Amino acid sequence: MRSVRAFWRWLTSMRTALVLLLVLAIAAVPGSIFPQRAVSREAVQEYIDEHPDLAPLLERLWAFDVYASPWFSAVYLLLFISLVGCLVPRLRQHVVNLIKPPPDAPARLARLPHSTTRQVGQGPTEAADAVRLALRRSRWRTAQRSQADGTVTVAAEKGYLKETGNLLFHFALLSLLVGLAWGSWYGWHGNRLVVAGDEFCNTLQQYDEYGLGARTSADRLPPFCVTLHDFTAEYLDTGQPIRYAADVSYVEDLGEAPRSWTLQVNHPLRLSGANVYLIGHGYAPVLRYTDRYDQVFTTTVPFLPVDGMLTSQGVAKFPYANVPPGQTSADPPAQLGLTGVYQPTANPDPAVAASIFPAERDPVLTLTAWQGDLGLGSGAPQSVYALDRRQIALGRLTEIDTRTLRPGESWTLPDGSTVEFLGTRPWVTVSIRHDPGQGLMLFGAGAVLVGLMVSLSGKRRRVWARIRPTDDGGSLITLGGLARTEYPGFADEFARVVAQVGGSPPPEREPAGVGDPGGRGGSASPAVDQAKG
Amino acid sequence: MAELSDTLLLVAAVIYVAAMLGYLVEFAFGTRGAVARVATRPARELVAVGAPVGASGVDIVSPVQPDQPVREGGTTPAPGRTGVAGVIGVALTVLGLAVHVGVLVTRGMAAGRVPWGNMYEFVVTLTAVFALGWIVLLALRPTLRPLGLFVTGAQALLLGFAGLVLTTPAAPLMPALQSVWLKIHVSAAAAASGLFLLAFVPAALYLIRAGYDVRSRPAVAGSGATESGVSESDASGLAADGTPAPRVVGFPYSLGRALPAADTLERLAFRLHAFAFPIWTLAIICGAIWAEAAWGRYWGWDPKETWSFISWVAYAAYLHARATPSVKRTTATWFAVAAWLTMVINLYVINFVAVGLHSYAGLD
Repeated sequence: MRSVRAFWRWLTSMRTALVLLLVLAIAAVPGSIFPQRAVSREAVQEYIDEHPDLAPLLERLWAFDVYASPWFSAVYLLLFISLVGCLVPRLRQHVVNLIKPPPDAPARLARLPHSTTRQVGQGPTEAADAVRLALRRSRWRTAQRSQADGTVTVAAEKGYLKETGNLLFHFALLSLLVGLAWGSWYGWHGNRLVVAGDEFCNTLQQYDEYGLGARTSADRLPPFCVTLHDFTAEYLDTGQPIRYAADVSYVEDLGEAPRSWTLQVNHPLRLSGANVYLIGHGYAPVLRYTDRYDQVFTTTVPFLPVDGMLTSQGVAKFPYANVPPGQTSADPPAQLGLTGVYQPTANPDPAVAASIFPAERDPVLTLTAWQGDLGLGSGAPQSVYALDRRQIALGRLTEIDTRTLRPGESWTLPDGSTVEFLGTRPWVTVSIRHDPGQGLMLFGAGAVLVGLMVSLSGKRRRVWARIRPTDDGGSLITLGGLARTEYPGFADEFARVVAQVGGSPPPEREPAGVGDPGGRGGSASPAVDQAKG
Repeated sequence: MAELSDTLLLVAAVIYVAAMLGYLVEFAFGTRGAVARVATRPARELVAVGAPVGASGVDIVSPVQPDQPVREGGTTPAPGRTGVAGVIGVALTVLGLAVHVGVLVTRGMAAGRVPWGNMYEFVVTLTAVFALGWIVLLALRPTLRPLGLFVTGAQALLLGFAGLVLTTPAAPLMPALQSVWLKIHVSAAAAASGLFLLAFVPAALYLIRAGYDVRSRPAVAGSGATESGVSESDASGLAADGTPAPRVVGFPYSLGRALPAADTLERLAFRLHAFAFPIWTLAIICGAIWAEAAWGRYWGWDPKETWSFISWVAYAAYLHARATPSVKRTTATWFAVAAWLTMVINLYVINFVAVGLHSYAGLD
């Protein structure tokens, strides 16, 4: 039990929190060094392929999923537990401070960093009322106490907002954690590529890649369908894009008339229950293959851009090509595959397959034909953007020839079949996302900022006045001030308070306990003061 | 207009260098400067011997050292021929800032948008905030003038690097940057970066000054100098034979001699950090709101996001360390220095090395 208590004390101490903050900062670094699955699965796969020796070890250390790793989570959860352990007592203390009157004046006001003495003609009670009124006009919280010997003290405190802001800031950080968790449990997302002219609806089967939160299910996805009509991009002469616009139409309820929307990078389509974002774009060549038996296959194959000038690569597969009439199944040795490089604006050097401009000024498609077993029958998953390398290595898929085509041109292969390049259609990638935690995150972030500003600009300070009756019916007011936080302007504020209290400096002979105006002597004792007087 | 902007950048950089020379003359030859000090050493030592202030053991509030050359809170640096050099430095800084603002205005006109759309423009903007912050600071606290050497030095370095390496032709924005959030997020990030840089100057100089105070304290046989910035009130600056044992303070701590008092620097560093931190927070929040609109998620651990988070945590650690009485001020200030290092990494390393969505740098 004692050790538990000791651990709790250790965890909630400021030193531990500081260490945890530093550890959190350092723990976040590896995620910017190694590719992260949450950011790009492709980059992670590429890294694993390039570093076959190192990758398994890194994998075991969660280096590719740093921000979802147990050790990263452990750091921030410990930090938040430490935070709660620190905040709850502070909140309780702050509430007590807000309810209880400011504490009574210390015995020797002259020992405070700021102190002075004033003489007024009123009696102690009237003088105390005047002091209190002056302080309250400047929004000080005051408390008045009377003592048996006729002395009256006024205690005043200001700057409670500092701690309020501090607590707001830290509780708002907690709300961010809640918002994050809420979003990951009940949120979902899907990404897909849409070719102009195509439509997709919001079901998981329609997404190339998706993620469902732990507390949501596929049948809860809102029903909507989106059609991409066209995509336009504008570029400067340098090739730098200046505008992307996707014309889409959508229906949120089946049977309702479609509405149109221009989807742009900073202009998502916000539907009820999901948002649609424009993420990427490219070209999809349209190819027509007429096989030896005059069967016609037309396919639109999205090519993936490999550089900023949209040089794009892709592959077209025709598994059912060259099937003799009467045969019902595919004929693997006669299957056809086309790999291609598309340049929207052909490089002047024919030997270089790198586009010189991202728009279609001089489009050319360089195709390589491959004949043989595409390997689709094996059941193993295959990329739609590449041919099966194993089949090529095994000699089951052989290269026939390479040809460069412009739109409308056709190419007759040695077996008499023809490939025609009909042109291209633009495609876009869209991300469809729902994050119900977002509202809380925004609210929490706003509270973080407000709390921070209030906390950093707030100054907690206290002023006390001890009012003693004098023989002539007036009062002697001793004022003391203490800034409890960094506040260089406090001397001025204290002087203003003194000015509002009014009165005049007392005559030479001072009674005990009265300090020199603005005296800072840390070791000054009443005896010393008297000696000085 | 774009060419004018590029020319003005060169002019601004040259003016800042000239200003730096002015500050340098004052720093080195001023009454408090290193050279002046050497020149007046006999007199100073006499003062040190004749004024064993700490001997009474009473003065625990003020960290004034018997040996401390600089302790003149509230008064302007001493006038004189070298003071004139410092004033010229300040005047040139103001002029440099005026030209600097001209760089941004002409750049914005050339590109037809706010002038902070790529890394070059970002650095030019953040250094403008840095210089403006310095001028404002100087107007409020003229005694800080010795810091001008370091401010204009950093300024010339950053602008020179921007003009020689980062420079990119003025152009409209790519679609991802076409948003009102560019105006808010990037300007907040640039302002916070400029202010953190301004805060870094007194933070680093505080460490130098505190190191100088410790190292210049006369050595006493058998008692090692303590790290703490608080003065020790022992009068043991005197060796056994009653003469002070002078100590040689090596670089960079020797710079501390001409700097304002350690606690002045420390408090200034804290207040500047406390001012910049909410702006940095605002920049991150606005970035998250923008990221949601552009990329569909408010936070995605993109390298730039990751490092701004790291900087935020590091500065938060500094502010907490500063508020914790048991943590020494020098230790806390090291946190601030480390935090600034993360800002530099985010701006100069991540932009060049990491592939991320924040590919605004225009460096390819």
